[in-house]
Amino acid sequence: MSAPTTSTGISDEVRELANQEYQYGFVTDLETDVAPRGLNEDIIRLISSKKNEPDWLLEWRLRAYRHWTTLTAPTWQHVTYGPVDYQDIIYYAAPKPKKRVESMDEVDPELREMFDKLGISLGEQERLSGVAVDAIVDSVSVATTFKDKLAEVGVIFCSFSEAVQEHPDLVRQYLGSVVPYNDNFFACLNAAVFTDGSFCYIPKGVRCPMELSTYFRINAADTGQFERTLIIAEEGAYVSYLEGCTAPVRDTNQLHAAVVELVALNDAQIKYSTVQNWYPGDADGNGGVYNFVTKRGMASGRNAKISWTQVETGSSITWKYPGVVLKGDNSVGEFYSVALTARRQQADTGSKMVHIGKNTKSTIISKAISAGHGQNTYRGLVDMRHSAVGARNFTQCDSLLIGKDSGAHTLPYIEVKNQTGQVEHEASTSKIGEEQLLYCRQRGIPEEEAVSMIVNGFCREVFKMLPMEFAVEAQKLLTVSLEGSVG
Amino acid sequence: MLKIEELHASIEDKEILRGVNLQLKPGEVHAIMGPNGSGKSTLASVLIGREGYLVSGSVTYEGQDLLTLSPEERAAAGVFLAFQHPVEIPGVGNMYFMRTALNSLRRQRGEEELDPVDFLALAQEKMKLVEMDQTFMNRSVNEGFSGGEKKRNEILQMAILEPKLAILDETDSGLDIDALRVVASGVNALRSEGRSMLVITHHQRLLDYIVPDQVHVMTAGRIVRSGGKDLAVELEAHGYTGTQEADAGRLSTAGISR
Ligand SMILES: Nc1ncnc2c1ncn2[C@@H]1O[C@H](COP(=O)(O)OP(=O)(O)OP(=O)(O)O)[C@@H](O)[C@H]1O
Ligand SMILES: [Mg+2]
Repeated sequence: MSAPTTSTGISDEVRELANQEYQYGFVTDLETDVAPRGLNEDIIRLISSKKNEPDWLLEWRLRAYRHWTTLTAPTWQHVTYGPVDYQDIIYYAAPKPKKRVESMDEVDPELREMFDKLGISLGEQERLSGVAVDAIVDSVSVATTFKDKLAEVGVIFCSFSEAVQEHPDLVRQYLGSVVPYNDNFFACLNAAVFTDGSFCYIPKGVRCPMELSTYFRINAADTGQFERTLIIAEEGAYVSYLEGCTAPVRDTNQLHAAVVELVALNDAQIKYSTVQNWYPGDADGNGGVYNFVTKRGMASGRNAKISWTQVETGSSITWKYPGVVLKGDNSVGEFYSVALTARRQQADTGSKMVHIGKNTKSTIISKAISAGHGQNTYRGLVDMRHSAVGARNFTQCDSLLIGKDSGAHTLPYIEVKNQTGQVEHEASTSKIGEEQLLYCRQRGIPEEEAVSMIVNGFCREVFKMLPMEFAVEAQKLLTVSLEGSVG
Repeated sequence: MLKIEELHASIEDKEILRGVNLQLKPGEVHAIMGPNGSGKSTLASVLIGREGYLVSGSVTYEGQDLLTLSPEERAAAGVFLAFQHPVEIPGVGNMYFMRTALNSLRRQRGEEELDPVDFLALAQEKMKLVEMDQTFMNRSVNEGFSGGEKKRNEILQMAILEPKLAILDETDSGLDIDALRVVASGVNALRSEGRSMLVITHHQRLLDYIVPDQVHVMTAGRIVRSGGKDLAVELEAHGYTGTQEADAGRLSTAGISR
């Protein structure tokens, strides 16, 4: 997706630049397009000045960096991976156009096969593979049309960098207000070095006239491995935001540490849907993406509502806990998740619901599917503070195991400091029913199709929360991702 | 149609079927009765290809070796089992399930698939046969169905999939009198020259509705007695133990010791 920036797969030219002796510092050296490997204050100054950022933002980045140097990477997750060498990463490379190919014939056949299975149109396949055709021009013009339509109602939807230039006051007011720079190791790193992402602002009383998708953002292609998203819904506003796509995304960056912050004021509603399909690594687990994301919403106003819906099928390691801080009275937080781990994928995911306001309500529905050697952990926190009179939570975690080498774990943490709080927790783990499989096969449905049918049925509660088109794609994605994991 | 010879099946060193012999001609309906745990359901399981058994002996179905086929291949060849305990599949719509099943069978047979509209028409027609309400089609497969409703759903699937060999495992158990009549008349409507049935039951009453060509008694993994439909009446009067004794007596008079 972004310019190649890790030790694997970088171009010779980049390598050469990167290996050059560090001589003058990069504060003034604006000529270069690629920072040397590693992280220090100069690199952060370089990023900030390359992006022409205001001083306050540079200061914020530096504070984050200084704090980060005092932290160590967390080890409590139920995942194992080799150490990440943070000094071996290139933190800034000017966005480069994707390597263009002349036709789909030059694209990796395995990738093409997956595109076909997912039913992605040829035009779209070409766009995603970077084929040099008019399709790209089309998508730019589509995006422009959308932008005009949004501008009519006052919705701002642009890249994060653009927002820093065009709407600095909004960015300054809300950046880090939900996920502070010192929140956790990865969020802190992101605060120091993030390069781009999305920004979205829905003014008071406006119902955003369309689903916002990163797909329509012109320069979405190069947001890089440290992405930052900020969405603000003013009083009574509504927005549905779609992140990701079902097409397989290959990336030479192994580490991805994104931050997403949502702010919903009085009576505002934000619906955030994700389909994540980063490269999961090969059958032995090599080469997959580490997806360490911090996502949080602040339901700061009364009756505010924030919903997270996610379908996670990619990445070799996923570590994320989209949560909601329910600060406004009567505010509502929801989390609906399908996480599939196959091959040697590992996922440690769940939700954090923090109840502060009165009569706040949260719902967590988690569906974990483990196949092959996949490991899936649900980790969730329900925290009801003293002030959260009449708060309620309902949590349901269901795990489905396919095959004998997969694993599922459920780790709920519940803290209730209020007598009137109500917490309900249901959990189940089942082997994909031998009985169910036999039943389907007895009726003539071949085994792989039967598995996919049973798994999709298992996830139905979550899929129905997704926007229609996304849901159809997600189902297909699950089917494709499960292929070969039976028998 | 179906020829079972010296069929043995064991699970974890426990021999459950101990030499079953049975022959079914096209269009015939045979009943299998016998005490709990005698191996009736196991026989059905082996016939549809459930995994986990060590099997020996032979089963010839329409001239081919049934035991080498996968469960879905057997289904495509026309073998159907109405399960004793139909399983629930949450989140999978009943209508969708049946359409997928029928189309899988049609595909495997090289026939054209039915689109949802055509399928709906077919399903509605068959639903009348078992007096089932449309609402069941919109629910998940068997989820929250009562015992009797599950059994009806099995017969509905049989009506839709039109098998050549139908095995009904205690489809009458747990049915009230009206439901029993409905299920039985559904089954009778499906009786035809080309379709054979193996009806496993504990109740002679079912056989008043579905009159079998033959009745077999299975005890401890073997068919120990076979006869006409009168045998069922006799069993009802004397129980299986009586039969076993009569059996043992007959064997001993014939000079065979076990
Ligand atoms: N998986 C298994 N492991 C061990 N024993 C088994 C297994 N499956 C079946 N059995 C045993 O095999 C015997 C035959 O079981 P089966 O279900 O075939 O009996 P049945 O004749 O259908 O009985 P019922 O009339 O109660 O339905 C029983 O003793 C049962 O406990
Ligand atoms: Mg039985």
